[in-house]
Amino acid sequence: MSAPLFDALLRLGDDRLVLGHRTSEWCGHAPILEEDIALANIALDHIGQANLLLQYAGAVEGGGRDQDALAYFRDAIEYRNALICELPRGDFAVTIARHFFHGLYSVLQWEALSNSQDATIAGIAAKALKESRYHVRHAGEWVIRLGDGTDESHARAQAAVHLLWPYTGELFLQPVDESALVAAGLTADVSTLEGAWRATVDDVLHRATLTAPDGVWMQRGGRAGRHTEHLGHLLAEMQIVARSHPGAQW
Amino acid sequence: MSTTPSVAEDPARYAQFEARIAADQSIEPKDWMPERYRSQLVRMMSQHAHSEVVGMLPEGNWITRAPSLRRKMILLAKVQDEAGHGLYIYCGTETLGVDRQELVQQLLDGKAKYSSIFNYPTLTWADIGAIGWLVDGAAIVNQTMLAKASYGPYARAMVRICKEENFHKRQGYEIMTTLARGTAAQKAMAQDALNRWWWPSLMMFGPHDSASSNSDELMKWGIKRKSNDELRQRFINLTIAQVKAIDLTVPDPDLRYDDATGNWIAGPIDWDEFWRVVKGNGPCNSERIGARRSAHAEGRWVRDAAVAFAEKQRSNNRETAERQQ
Repeated sequence: MSAPLFDALLRLGDDRLVLGHRTSEWCGHAPILEEDIALANIALDHIGQANLLLQYAGAVEGGGRDQDALAYFRDAIEYRNALICELPRGDFAVTIARHFFHGLYSVLQWEALSNSQDATIAGIAAKALKESRYHVRHAGEWVIRLGDGTDESHARAQAAVHLLWPYTGELFLQPVDESALVAAGLTADVSTLEGAWRATVDDVLHRATLTAPDGVWMQRGGRAGRHTEHLGHLLAEMQIVARSHPGAQW
Repeated sequence: MSTTPSVAEDPARYAQFEARIAADQSIEPKDWMPERYRSQLVRMMSQHAHSEVVGMLPEGNWITRAPSLRRKMILLAKVQDEAGHGLYIYCGTETLGVDRQELVQQLLDGKAKYSSIFNYPTLTWADIGAIGWLVDGAAIVNQTMLAKASYGPYARAMVRICKEENFHKRQGYEIMTTLARGTAAQKAMAQDALNRWWWPSLMMFGPHDSASSNSDELMKWGIKRKSNDELRQRFINLTIAQVKAIDLTVPDPDLRYDDATGNWIAGPIDWDEFWRVVKGNGPCNSERIGARRSAHAEGRWVRDAAVAFAEKQRSNNRETAERQQ
């Protein structure tokens, strides 16, 4: 089961690494100083989660790759993050809506994984759950504030929901090769999380006077390494120093 | 500087104030203080807060390119600390009756200064090491002194901030140590960063005592306890040993050890460069202020939304309360 488990850990780790990278792009550019602190903190949580997940992925793979080898020396087609994580930073509304959508997905995922039969996964999930709950509280409050704030913030928040919505479906596609892991209680079936996710999303969007679009085509591909054009640029930036000095210690 | 205006405000209270300073008692927000003391503190503390905020930019420039996940996490934590320091010191200035928005506006309008060191560019990963080691190192020397400042809230802020700055300095020196012991390219990167950051770091302590217009007054009132040149000398002495330990060299052919005083004596500082950068013509002055301005302008709709939402909540709460009466 090591190959499917490795893939499952990459899906978990790559989501957080790529989203953490995008969030870190805000550093020094947030709308208020309090948000510089909050976004740096959220980015740090994500990178920290990715660090643990990729470290474990490397151990499971057993090929001598550590978390840095996996983060810095894989190409875009080898990345397994959901597309929503790699979309450009966008304005503050896009950042907040993405954190809300993905954060809520993460809370549900960590809740399930904290009961994993794999002690390492359960441990990472328990730690990450606390962090993701904070991310959702932070993002959810902002979704409501922006949606029910001014005409401009409402329009921007609604545009962000429309932009991101087609990328939310992919989060709940359960990979076929993970079924044995789910059956063994090691990982969670993400398709079972969608109902709870949607209920909370609808509630918050309603309070924010926002609406979710109906019947849009859901994009997919990230879990299979078929990414948007954005990921290559993101990785080029992330990996440039490490790849310029192969074998170097930092 | 003449002290006459301060004395004239209230001679009796002024005498009391001076006696408290002389007795090393801290001045607290509720205490009477001369207007000039207050304005000097606002100037210093807001410059310090602005420096923390602008200082996020040169380091933020490397978060997305940090060469390992561990380094990325440490750098993110460091930059987050700096935002926290900025917020903390802005709050400190509010104890002196100044609104944070007013101070931020002064920065955006180019009326307020911040540490000139952040007007230099971060060109390689080694610059992140050099900044942590030298810039935070210099800041610690300065802030350790300010932790004994006569104004209580500022002194207490410095105690807390210095603890975190020590961690920043350690991680910077650790980066430089790793690079200096790494591949030839890494060592060259470390030496180049030291070459570029050494002199600007020495300039962080400000002009020579003979040319420092504010120093006398700040020292008289116990805001500063040591002169610019004394602090600079302390920094040089501390740092040269660290430079030697990792087998790098400072870009100063005149550097010499003085047996009589036990000091490392640096060659002449290029004060023309110092004043050029202070006056706005450093390599990154316009970029740094430009980045702050655009963040502020692009964030306006977010701040407006927060205000509008809070107002709606208040008015909803009022209506609910009225219905219940």
